Amino acid sequence: MAAHLSYGRVNLNVLREAVRRELREFLDKCAGSKAIVWDEYLTGPFGLIAQYSLLKEHEVEKMFTLKGSRLPAADVKNIIFFVRPRLELMDIIAENVLSEDRRGPARDFHILFVPRRSLLCEQRLKDLGVLGSFIHREEYGLDLIPFDGDLLSMESEGAFRECYLESDQTSLYHAAKGLMTLQALYGTIPQIFGKGECARQVANMMIRMKREFTGSQNAIFPVFDNLLLLDRNVDLLTPLATQLTYEGLIDEIYGIQNSYVKLPPEKFAPKKQGDGGKDLPTEAKKLQLNSAEELYAEIRDKNFNAVGSVLSKKAKVISAAFEERHHAKTVGEIKQFVSQLPHMQAARGSLANHTSIAELIKDVTTSEDFFDKLTVEQEFMSGIDTDKVNSYIEDCIAQKHPLIKVLRLICLQSVCNSGLKQKVLDHYKREVLQTYGYEHLLTLHSLEKAGLLKPQAGGRNSYPTIRKTLRLWMDDVNEQSPTDISYVYSGYAPLSVRLAQLLSRPGWRSIEEVLRILPGPHFEERQPLPTGLQKKRQPGENRVTLVFFLGGVTFAEIAALRFLSQLEDGGTEYVIATTKLVNGATWIESLMERPL
Amino acid sequence: MDCYTANWNPLGESAFYRKYELYSMDWDLKEELRDYLVAAAPYGGPIALLRNPWQKEKAASIRPVLEIYSASGMPLASLLWKSGPVVSLGWSAEEELLCVQEDGVVLVYGLHGDFRRHFSMGNEVLQNRVLDARIFHTEFGSGVAILTGAHRFTLSANVGDLKLRRMPEVPGLQSAPSCWTILCQDRVAQILLAVGPDLYLLDHAACSAVTPPGLAPGVSSFLQMAVSFTYRHLALFTDTGCIWMGTASLKEKLCEFNCNIRAPPKQMVWCSRPRSKERAVVVAWERRLMVVGDAPESIQYKQLTIQVLLDRLVLRRLYPLAIQICEYLRLPEVQGVSRILAHWACYKVQQKDVSDEDVARAINQKLGDTPGVSYSDIAARAYGCGRTELAIKLLEYEPRSGEQVPLLLKMKRSKLALSKAIESGDTDLVFTVLLHLKNELNRGDFFMTLRNQPMALSLYRQFCKHQELETLKDLYNQDDNHQELGSFHIRASYAEERIEGRVAALQTAADAFYKAKNEFAAKATEDQMRLLRLQRRLEEELGRQFLDLSLHDTVTTLILDGHNKRAEQLARDFRIPDKRLWWLKLTALADLEDWEELEKFSKSKKSPIGYLPFVEICMKQHNKYEAKKYASRVGPEQKVKALLLVGDVAQAADVAIERRNEAELSLVLSHCTGATDGATADKIQRARAQAQKK
Repeated sequence: MAAHLSYGRVNLNVLREAVRRELREFLDKCAGSKAIVWDEYLTGPFGLIAQYSLLKEHEVEKMFTLKGSRLPAADVKNIIFFVRPRLELMDIIAENVLSEDRRGPARDFHILFVPRRSLLCEQRLKDLGVLGSFIHREEYGLDLIPFDGDLLSMESEGAFRECYLESDQTSLYHAAKGLMTLQALYGTIPQIFGKGECARQVANMMIRMKREFTGSQNAIFPVFDNLLLLDRNVDLLTPLATQLTYEGLIDEIYGIQNSYVKLPPEKFAPKKQGDGGKDLPTEAKKLQLNSAEELYAEIRDKNFNAVGSVLSKKAKVISAAFEERHHAKTVGEIKQFVSQLPHMQAARGSLANHTSIAELIKDVTTSEDFFDKLTVEQEFMSGIDTDKVNSYIEDCIAQKHPLIKVLRLICLQSVCNSGLKQKVLDHYKREVLQTYGYEHLLTLHSLEKAGLLKPQAGGRNSYPTIRKTLRLWMDDVNEQSPTDISYVYSGYAPLSVRLAQLLSRPGWRSIEEVLRILPGPHFEERQPLPTGLQKKRQPGENRVTLVFFLGGVTFAEIAALRFLSQLEDGGTEYVIATTKLVNGATWIESLMERPL
Repeated sequence: MDCYTANWNPLGESAFYRKYELYSMDWDLKEELRDYLVAAAPYGGPIALLRNPWQKEKAASIRPVLEIYSASGMPLASLLWKSGPVVSLGWSAEEELLCVQEDGVVLVYGLHGDFRRHFSMGNEVLQNRVLDARIFHTEFGSGVAILTGAHRFTLSANVGDLKLRRMPEVPGLQSAPSCWTILCQDRVAQILLAVGPDLYLLDHAACSAVTPPGLAPGVSSFLQMAVSFTYRHLALFTDTGCIWMGTASLKEKLCEFNCNIRAPPKQMVWCSRPRSKERAVVVAWERRLMVVGDAPESIQYKQLTIQVLLDRLVLRRLYPLAIQICEYLRLPEVQGVSRILAHWACYKVQQKDVSDEDVARAINQKLGDTPGVSYSDIAARAYGCGRTELAIKLLEYEPRSGEQVPLLLKMKRSKLALSKAIESGDTDLVFTVLLHLKNELNRGDFFMTLRNQPMALSLYRQFCKHQELETLKDLYNQDDNHQELGSFHIRASYAEERIEGRVAALQTAADAFYKAKNEFAAKATEDQMRLLRLQRRLEEELGRQFLDLSLHDTVTTLILDGHNKRAEQLARDFRIPDKRLWWLKLTALADLEDWEELEKFSKSKKSPIGYLPFVEICMKQHNKYEAKKYASRVGPEQKVKALLLVGDVAQAADVAIERRNEAELSLVLSHCTGATDGATADKIQRARAQAQKK
């Protein structure tokens, strides 16, 4: 079912199997038929771990969404609540339990906390008088969910906000726990590098947790050589820029959630002859996007401008393959052709889908407004006119373009100028409040608190130094056959990935000065390995580095890291972990406050 | 040779038996064993005896003695029973003695007679009393089942993790069942009971009647029942003298035997010979014993593992022997030596004559960082013995905060618990401690404690944001955090239903922003108040909704409704920048398709946004005629674009050629599609060629 998880350098199927086993064990503890009551947020991430068939095998007969008042009728022995440990959810659960019909057959209640059991929540259940009603109260440590052969995410949407706005390190604690689970399965990671305040905290928690687990660790040969912990606020710039890879653009335009995307159905209508296009499907077309699909794996990380040629080449190959049938003469040849048919048909279906998606995207990317926006973004990132009011932004506001788009541009300008001049900042803020409503004052405060929007301190702009030292802007970018990570933003090399690249070669010592300008400490920790587990690298064997983005990562950054992994003389392969897969829009959205 | 056979006696016609004393029991019984409650632990464990004076009606005044002996008869403990009447005794798998009292309280003792804990089988028992009780063992641990005076059953399948299940009522049950037992199937404990000729199976959901297959007819009562140790087999003894043996699932009969004895047996149990697969039932009457066989058992159970053996040694305080066994068997530390050392430490903390420092040091010296040792378990034991200071010292060695913190709270060391919780990074632990502290301290002290712990403070703020808004305000006030106070009141203003309330809340917010020296936010908030008041006036005068529209949308609405003067006034009052105002008017007038007014507006003064937007918006409304009017006024920089928009490719080409702009030339060329544009395309190509010559 999840073979694509095992294609990479690190077999992430091992992790998936481990969490599936844990789930089965819990379900079996509640003997007999069951109904699961879902915290709705969890259904997406759970879908990547276990399909309904697994649940059904373990006697799950009904599924409900958690909501107030009485539970729906279900003739089952067990009712299991799958919830995140949140107080407001406990209140709903208590309401469910208290309004249970006493005259009906008695049902057993259980709670599965994801990812962690919480004393605070149990206390709330106790205060509400229902704690004793639960036979099993357990936790399901689903911290890091495997999304692809080299990608793990916690899918914790509030992580950035909590960490950087509210000083709530809950998700950091879960990140550290997730890393401990990884180490239990893949061996101790000998070296930890990090940059940023949150990175430091996670490293501290890991070291502490290691002490707690002394003795219970299995002796496993380490699979990862390094761990790099990166704070999102070390690089606030990258997510603000529009991603220009295929996958990045799909996410920017349609939004990818738990590896699924919903697309407008018109382009995917089955082409039937004689059908005047009467029955156009009205429901969105839902597609799963991951490397299990051969074609997608090939094009997802390419710059969108390089996708078209691949698709047309593929089209030729596939139609040539179908043409083969005319040449098949002997029974043996026909047989061979038929045996390849399913694979060819799948390839043709996949090609049709991606051709449609590419057309949809092209409609957007060739629009004048997309071009204008990109031009402004690129000007900012290459350091042009970042210190005055930008007329494109003004026009966007005046025409009431989506607020998130406007905020994203203003923040980008602020970040590329180490903060805006007070007058410029106030002008933008006033324009936003007058046009979109004063209620957005709170959102502006949040953006300022997160450092995305700020007045320039001391009138000094340190961005040019950072840009030059880290070579963040590359003029000679090759979108078709790239030679540098800057292809993912057609010129801009994501800062975060540049840090990872420089760490592996020649090391961070070469960029001490810039590291001091970027927020938070940078550090290195070693985790001693027992003798016998130390790795002896074969000549030519690459290192494996796990890069953990605390506060979110974009698909373009992932693409850039994959590009580095594939470099022949790169020397390092990357596995990526994050608190949440984000793009500029979802990220800004998570910081917004809408009191109305 | 007769010395070998001298002590063998005939049993029936073809078998002989002998009996000899293995151990001489070191007990001194004052009465017959039948007057005692007796419980022997499985696997040769200890034996507990409690004289049962409550059986007889009068003798309740003398307190009985609870005695515990090892299986070989050595006395282990003896204590005066000071608690209530006991219905039943039994040993748990962990060799804890469970004493079920008539009032439903179960007292738990260690094998040295040390009191461990107690729990109750439920409140309803208090009224109805316990008639009968059973202690049973399943793979989950040891359970207790009781039958109350109201003829209801309650059971807990595992006393280590107490969860009471009150079983459903048995319909029509007026008196105690003639016999009952616990069954365990599909990992669920059930009760099988006999009432007259009927058998009922009770699980926590339902009561169902069951019939043993192939039972000879004529039964009017079941006198005794027995289930095998593995819960696979069941034996029933009927008032017809019949012994029915079958599977506990009551799906299959193994055999049936009529012994022709109708008296109720005193006891009936399953037994098996070691290493044989044969199973048999032993039935005992006052002076008669009968063995009924023929039930092959397919699985041998090896429940007495090395772990259990070690546990037993530890319970008997034979620590060095246990350690030697571990070392001999090369058991991993976690399962072996460290566990035993931990037990030793738990014993050590009970030595009251040694000082706290010495005990703590001795324990740490021996245990060090041995993996798998739980210092908190040892500390809990120390606290249980009343040695709080020792417990705190021991907890210092505990690396797991999740274990450390709850115990510290229990010992009322909340502030220490708080700093330990913070150290761990586990926010749930921090919350837990905070809520403890909140109840324990007065508000001032609590806030003071928070102030010294910034991480805890920000977490508590988050909690208050969702749970206690008023407290959040107090916290900001205490810290003079005017910026956050301002935001707080902004949020609060939206909860106000009446506009006066909203404005008042906003005023408080503005004041706070001034105090925070955030002039921008203060002014913006005052503007918002001004807008709100204005919108209300507009609503009264114009009779349509304005509240909660942005300033921009308010002005737009006024223009759309034809109140141009008011719109102008509002734009002036709030100093809407000229550029945006032009965009706004342009959009609104085009929406109205008021082309005349739009033209007038375009001529009111020189447009600050140029005239291309005019062309664009007219084309958007599909009005080429109007669009063309503005195309001519577009400045040279955007002229080509404008001309192309209105479809005038030829003129666009002329302008581009005149401007000698390569990008524009390409743009026009890309618009040359139809046959009519052929000439234009040629013209551009010529111009290009000429430009290259130069």
